[in-house]
Amino acid sequence: MNLNDIARQYGCSVFSPGMNPAIPAKDISPLSQRQKSQVKIASSLRGAIQRSGLRDGMTISFHHHFRNGDFVINMVLDELQRMGFKDLYLAASSLNEIHEPIIGYIQSGLIRQIDTSGCRGRLAEAISAGIMDNPVIFRSHGGRAAAIADGRLKIDVAFLGAPSCDSFGNANGYTREGSGKTICGSLGYARMDAQYAKHVIIITDNIVNYPNVPFGINQRYVDQIVVVDSIGDPEKIMSGATRFTKKPQDLLIAQKAASVIVKSGYFYDGFSLQTGSGGSSLAVTRFLRQYMIDQNVKASFAMGGITGAMVALHEEGLIKRLLDVQSFDLDAANSLKNNRFHQQIDADYYANPFKTGSVVNQLDVVVLSALEVDVDFNVNVLTGSDGVIMGAIGGHPDTAAGAALSIIVCPLLRGRIPSILKHVNTIVTPGCDVDVVVTDQGIAVNPRRPDVEKALRDNHMELTDIHKLQAMAESLTGEPESLEWGPRTVALVTYRDGSLIDIIKSISQGEDLV
Amino acid sequence: MRLRRTMLFVPGNNPAMIQDAHIYGSDALMFDLEDSVAMSEKDAARMLVYHALKTVPFGNCEVVVRINPLDTPYGKKDIEAMVLGGVQVIRLPKTETAQDILDVECEIEKVERKAGIPVGKTAMMAAIEGALGVVNAYEIARSSRRLIAIALGAEDYCANMKTSRSESGEELFLARAQIVVAARAAGIDAIDTVYSDINNEEQLIKETKLIKQLGFDGKSIINPRQIDPINQIFTPTAKEIEKAMQIVEALEQAQAKGSGIVSLNGKMIDKPVLLRAQRTLDMARASMVLFD
Repeated sequence: MNLNDIARQYGCSVFSPGMNPAIPAKDISPLSQRQKSQVKIASSLRGAIQRSGLRDGMTISFHHHFRNGDFVINMVLDELQRMGFKDLYLAASSLNEIHEPIIGYIQSGLIRQIDTSGCRGRLAEAISAGIMDNPVIFRSHGGRAAAIADGRLKIDVAFLGAPSCDSFGNANGYTREGSGKTICGSLGYARMDAQYAKHVIIITDNIVNYPNVPFGINQRYVDQIVVVDSIGDPEKIMSGATRFTKKPQDLLIAQKAASVIVKSGYFYDGFSLQTGSGGSSLAVTRFLRQYMIDQNVKASFAMGGITGAMVALHEEGLIKRLLDVQSFDLDAANSLKNNRFHQQIDADYYANPFKTGSVVNQLDVVVLSALEVDVDFNVNVLTGSDGVIMGAIGGHPDTAAGAALSIIVCPLLRGRIPSILKHVNTIVTPGCDVDVVVTDQGIAVNPRRPDVEKALRDNHMELTDIHKLQAMAESLTGEPESLEWGPRTVALVTYRDGSLIDIIKSISQGEDLV
Repeated sequence: MRLRRTMLFVPGNNPAMIQDAHIYGSDALMFDLEDSVAMSEKDAARMLVYHALKTVPFGNCEVVVRINPLDTPYGKKDIEAMVLGGVQVIRLPKTETAQDILDVECEIEKVERKAGIPVGKTAMMAAIEGALGVVNAYEIARSSRRLIAIALGAEDYCANMKTSRSESGEELFLARAQIVVAARAAGIDAIDTVYSDINNEEQLIKETKLIKQLGFDGKSIINPRQIDPINQIFTPTAKEIEKAMQIVEALEQAQAKGSGIVSLNGKMIDKPVLLRAQRTLDMARASMVLFD
């Protein structure tokens, strides 16, 4: 028997030197030259778009790691507009004030529908006023990851800004090669788009030497690279360490929340936690630190939204590992760069609701903020007391559902506006996933958690009833007038699994916005 | 026992601060109608505090209002509004003589009678803020059954004494000693002056330890962030509580045996030690660190 017969028997071909066109030809130029002649680097953004195969009606995606310093979304949409595209489905992991120009792209017909975790500023106000024909789809971070992973949200072209990228597409939110112009730490949300989009374009202002390790986005997923002057405003992407609040009210709430954690039964050597980046939520770590030292308790890991506060605890040895889907400040980004046990993860790893291994399901405790909470423990983080969209779902419902103990921190009143209500304007996280509400004027435990209530009472924690908190707020502010919603559904709020949990109607804002 | 470790000053013309003042764990709140309120705001502040007394639930806080002196156009109006509002304590600023107290008491009584409020329900507190007041401290402290405490106001006192405040506080030594002795002699509480650098927690702690050692019951404060450090200093430690419990237990055992001599670990316990142990336990219970 010769090789040909055996190859036929086992269904393979016979090796022939240099005959397989799918294998790139041996390149004898040195690496320094190969990097320069890399085909992945497009000549221009327009050229990259043309080569991507993008057509009208398709889905484009972006990440929000540059927060309010992002130049990428506006830059790409501007180019698409000039190229005459229409009817695109915009799937961004979140949108910010800086993305106000999208209003114009909606009006011009470039953007047909928006799919995001949050929306702020003039764009949010315009959406609430009803400028879109199709409702915005709001998803949690875990909900978006799941929708992408199981194909409900199909991305045709992902435009992913990256603070560093080599010529083969290994991209990251920082670089160990020099300092780079911008830094954003983790690229956790962008990694989803990179892995699942049909075509991936990295947009960077910093081409670094191959191999750009460690990388957040693997070269395997990257089709093209576009080099631009600037991908964002470093000052607005992130600043030093997120400062602890000095507001006595926030500190009081944080102190109470820390005390709830310690007395809940979930504070033990090896526990795990996540806190948000809001005033009182962030300050919880400060109070928890002292308890951890006093009681010799160390956390096995902290998840986030990582901030300098978490990093400090990690570097002090109080938190063993940090899992980072998004870095909130420079301290966090630098820690990701320098600390061995600070690990970048993607949104699916973080919060996919369909996977028991998701990090949110390993959380003992999560501390989350809220705009509004109602007597059924439903939480709103999306619309203000005036009914206008002003926030982001983020990982709120994911962590609340995943953590063994979910704690919501919020003041009883914000000025003359009550935060504890009979009904929230918009349900984002359902009451069934919320365990404890901590306000400056009292702590209420969800009746679904008699175990937590007992643990806290046994530890002499003073508790109240959520109805009493609501009544206390109302006695001070009076009953809020109900909002005058318009006829139009401007947004669909989806739960983690994609099911519809609430809708947002249009609302008159007393001025001509559009 | 009524704790007066911390008394939080709140300007009487700031609705947001008044509304939230009680949530920080201060033992007492002092709404101010006097120095922190501009002339043009006096009426508004009086109305505001009156309505707050009527509507805001201040929880376990003792509510004190600092009125304007009677020799101003506002003093009498302040007293009337606060007594009708149901204030627990009226604090008189710049008290110099026992007569100052009696004059205010007379006005309070008039309002109580007119409104059908039990005479004597409204308590009083005097701030001593000048050399004459310090000299008369004992006479002031025993001038009225309504008086629950006297307090030192150090800024005015220092100006009056032609000196200024220092970190070490020598200039206040006599005033503090005189006030705390006068208060003890009259059987009422003594409250120390404010420490106004809210960002210097270290010095606040130092000063609080000093006045606790002198015998004061507590301190006036100007920011909620000062509450915890001060409360902690006045709150008995676990070790102190344990020792006090052993002493009290020894006393109970001795009483059960019908013995007049109390001893612990072979040592006889004097009566002052017993009294101090009892006070430690009272403080611990009131501070919510000891539960029966």
